[in-house]
Amino acid sequence: MRKVAIAGVGHTPFTFAAEKSSVELFNEAAMDAIIESGISAKDIQALYVGNVLGDFSEAQIMIQSYIADDLGATNIPATRYEGACASASLAIRDAFMWVASGFYDIVLVGGVETSAKMGTPLATRTFAMAHDSHYEYPAGLTFPGLFAMLAHLYTAKYDVPLEKLKEQMAMVTVQSHKYGVHNKYAQFQKEITVEDVLKSFMVCSPLQLYDCCPFSDGAAAMVLASEDVAKKLTKKPVYIAGVGQSSSGKLSAQKDYAPRIRAREVSVKQAYDMAGIGPDDVDLCELHDCFSIASIIAVESLGFAEFGKGGEMWETGQADRGGKVAINMSGGLKSKGHPIGATGASQAVDIVHQMRGEAEPGRQVEDVKIGLTDTLGGDGVLCNMVLKRGW
Amino acid sequence: MEYKLTFKEYNKSLKKGKLLGLKCNDCGNYTCPPKMACQECGSTNMDVEQLKGSGKVVTFTVSFVPAEGRDAEVPYTVVMVELDEGPWLLGNLTDIDPNKVTVDLIGKPVQLGSKMKALPGDVYMMGDKEAEGAFARPTFVFA
Repeated sequence: MRKVAIAGVGHTPFTFAAEKSSVELFNEAAMDAIIESGISAKDIQALYVGNVLGDFSEAQIMIQSYIADDLGATNIPATRYEGACASASLAIRDAFMWVASGFYDIVLVGGVETSAKMGTPLATRTFAMAHDSHYEYPAGLTFPGLFAMLAHLYTAKYDVPLEKLKEQMAMVTVQSHKYGVHNKYAQFQKEITVEDVLKSFMVCSPLQLYDCCPFSDGAAAMVLASEDVAKKLTKKPVYIAGVGQSSSGKLSAQKDYAPRIRAREVSVKQAYDMAGIGPDDVDLCELHDCFSIASIIAVESLGFAEFGKGGEMWETGQADRGGKVAINMSGGLKSKGHPIGATGASQAVDIVHQMRGEAEPGRQVEDVKIGLTDTLGGDGVLCNMVLKRGW
Repeated sequence: MEYKLTFKEYNKSLKKGKLLGLKCNDCGNYTCPPKMACQECGSTNMDVEQLKGSGKVVTFTVSFVPAEGRDAEVPYTVVMVELDEGPWLLGNLTDIDPNKVTVDLIGKPVQLGSKMKALPGDVYMMGDKEAEGAFARPTFVFA
């Protein structure tokens, strides 16, 4: 397999209901990635697009084909990936493999979503399509509901009092906003306090409004190239050094591990092993904080904290800039926003900005050599990527 | 290979308050809701069996924000129940005021009630053939 690098990146602002279409958003990000790479759209050999709910938000399927044509990459093979909130990461992993295999030298990959456009009721309904539609949705399961149940399970399984867990969860949110305020692409550029979180309205007990990420619109894209080609395009190639992907059954089928999501442990091990690293080597991690409890659960399965002790990373500053591993310096899904089809690409793009030293000073981490992405789709599609600085 | 216990059969039975699962002839464990292969060992050598419908709450949430079309339901209590036979089953708990539910609910014994709630489906659930008009919701009460 050949080494594969990210040669250029693009990212739109993440926003409430966008005034642009998904094709327009994706191609704003895509054209920025193309320009940054010093290539033209005609050099792109294939396109991989994460998009989940274009059918519902814009009555558009087959968007990948229209994106390619709109961009001027006429007649190239274009494929859409759907893995709920992990869609763009699945697209990147496949794009990586097509280049690593030697089949293509230059490809375009990313994701786009306009879920905020749908409004909360329809967005809640369509997101819940990533639960088991026959056996679990009828009882009223929604995404906050799922993570709410994991939070209650967490208190019981690890004997952490709910009040303490809620405070740790609030600290996760506060840290996300502390860095999101500096991110020019973030949907919320506003600091909040633990008290703000704890007095926000109840969504699904014990999750309150500020425990939950927003519905968002936006896009992110990257040009991937083989090592030889990438070295001609950029002085700062970021290598995709390891990838992992895994899947899960419905929530009830995860009984032996919950609140752990076993698929994450399978996926991240693949990524670590392929890159020849372990959790202690990671400088910066963009993880899937769709809900505050999700971050606490994630750091444990990623190997950053012991099971039942994930929340302590936020209490002690170990998840902060200068801590054991800087987590979600972009503001994460909570503060930056979560246009679900774009999120995995956004995580990778932000790590590239961090490695190049291009993040805003208020959130820039010094000397990032190894970054990890962690993206969770539905109740169990997992994808992880290890990124290494190539200079 | 033919599917041993389809959603249609499971759902029809559950609407009448009868919970069906699959018992594995190789490992002896139960799978519910049904699957092609045993939840525990992956064998397809399973037979349909009626489960007791009793167990204990392992986790729960009270939901205050509805998905489209379900405004009339909130607030409602969702419970994950560990059945006496081993599987976990997601359902609703109906004989408690959702506003009075606390974390003490975890561990409480429950059983399927005599009246099963059902979701008529919505514009996205083309369940007419499979669900015969409604998706059963395992509906629990305190044991």
